[in-house]
Amino acid sequence: MTDSPLVQDFATDWDHSDPQWVADPYPIWDDLRQRCPVAHTERYGGGWFPVTHAGVSEIAKDTDNFTSRNVVIGNGRPTELDLPAPIGVAPPITSDPPFHAIARRLILPAFAPGPINALEPMIRELCSSLLDGLVGEDVVNAGTKYAQYIPPGVIRGMLGFPEEDIEHFLEMVHIIMEGIDHPEEERIVEFEPVEAYFVAQMEDHIDNPRDDLTSYLLNVKLDGQNLAMEHVFGTMVLILVAGIDTTWSAIGSAIWHLAQNPEDLARLVNEPDLMPVAIEEFLRFYAPVTMARLVKHDMEYQGCPMKEDDWILLGFPAANRDPVVFKDAERFIIDRAENRHVAFGLGIHRCAGSNLARLEMRVALEEFIKRYPRFDLAEPDAVTWAPGQIRGPRNLPIRILP
Amino acid sequence: MKVRIDPEICQGQGRCFSIAPGIFDFDDLGSGVVIGDGTLTNDTIELARLAQSNCPEHAIFIEE
Repeated sequence: MTDSPLVQDFATDWDHSDPQWVADPYPIWDDLRQRCPVAHTERYGGGWFPVTHAGVSEIAKDTDNFTSRNVVIGNGRPTELDLPAPIGVAPPITSDPPFHAIARRLILPAFAPGPINALEPMIRELCSSLLDGLVGEDVVNAGTKYAQYIPPGVIRGMLGFPEEDIEHFLEMVHIIMEGIDHPEEERIVEFEPVEAYFVAQMEDHIDNPRDDLTSYLLNVKLDGQNLAMEHVFGTMVLILVAGIDTTWSAIGSAIWHLAQNPEDLARLVNEPDLMPVAIEEFLRFYAPVTMARLVKHDMEYQGCPMKEDDWILLGFPAANRDPVVFKDAERFIIDRAENRHVAFGLGIHRCAGSNLARLEMRVALEEFIKRYPRFDLAEPDAVTWAPGQIRGPRNLPIRILP
Repeated sequence: MKVRIDPEICQGQGRCFSIAPGIFDFDDLGSGVVIGDGTLTNDTIELARLAQSNCPEHAIFIEE
């Protein structure tokens, strides 16, 4: 909401697209945690922002009072069209119990550690070839030339779409990411080429089944029946929307951190076994994803008069900075041993792609620091951050040091 | 001492089997499961406690 007036007090008028929040939200959250653990806004048709770990955790797990029918805050209150309860537009992320469990069970086996771990060589090759394309440059844009390309490349591979189609696939991804929150009539028209390409790929998989996500979705049974092509297409769109700017942001934030903290970079270069522990701290400290809920019915929560269809901005990144739960919460500690962060959410909507996200982060960072063991920010002020519910650096020029 | 995972609480966050793969494994849906009967030895108790202290869902229990 770039035309909105600037926020004066985030306790009574929060806005996650306010320039101050987009640039650096953490001081805002620290301040709110002290004086207003559930902040309010009249923007977006009205909403609430719990900022403590306890509040975020309680609401994430309370599917009786809070619904997932819409998880991305729109410009106003949701309309009936937005809310085909209890399934939602993109199951299972927009589903409530009991349907949620059915939709989730369909996709979880494809994202369990077994099939995901098998992707490591493919991801490593992708990262390595992206870095090959940057050879000889003194300044590399780790956002637009590296992190941004990793998740779509990985998902193309998972879906088993042809490698030579990558440019076309990236175009299709771009159409989806741009159009996903457009009104339904516009979206249907915009998605026509996407649907045509995806259906052609599905048909090829029906004729030539293979061991990939597309064949899995075409063969998985719901009540003994195969899924309709529209359902398979919808699930593919969800996987793309949920899996791209999220992971890209997580990779970019980690590189941004390492560019400014040479001692952390040196430790990762010299102690490769530290990487999995470091990944969890990157996830805690720079959690990219904030989800939304809707209040199901008029109720009072922690003294707040919540109305039906008020938005809840479910601040998992804010919960991760709560000093009640995390010792030295405001410090990045690369070898933090106890780390109950909630970057992937809590409860039944735990990010279904978390195993994939962690693998992509680990391989992307391993390959980057192997190629560039020393680097810093080329232009700190040129780094831009995505507004809205997914936070991460977009323009990220990195200067390679000898 | 024995370790167990409450399957009603576990959401498949994946921390336990990453931290302590000798003690925990995962099932076809990616949920955490305890290997064997969960009996802990002096050699494994610390690692089990570390996994417990990293579970965001508080789904791991260590009992006498």
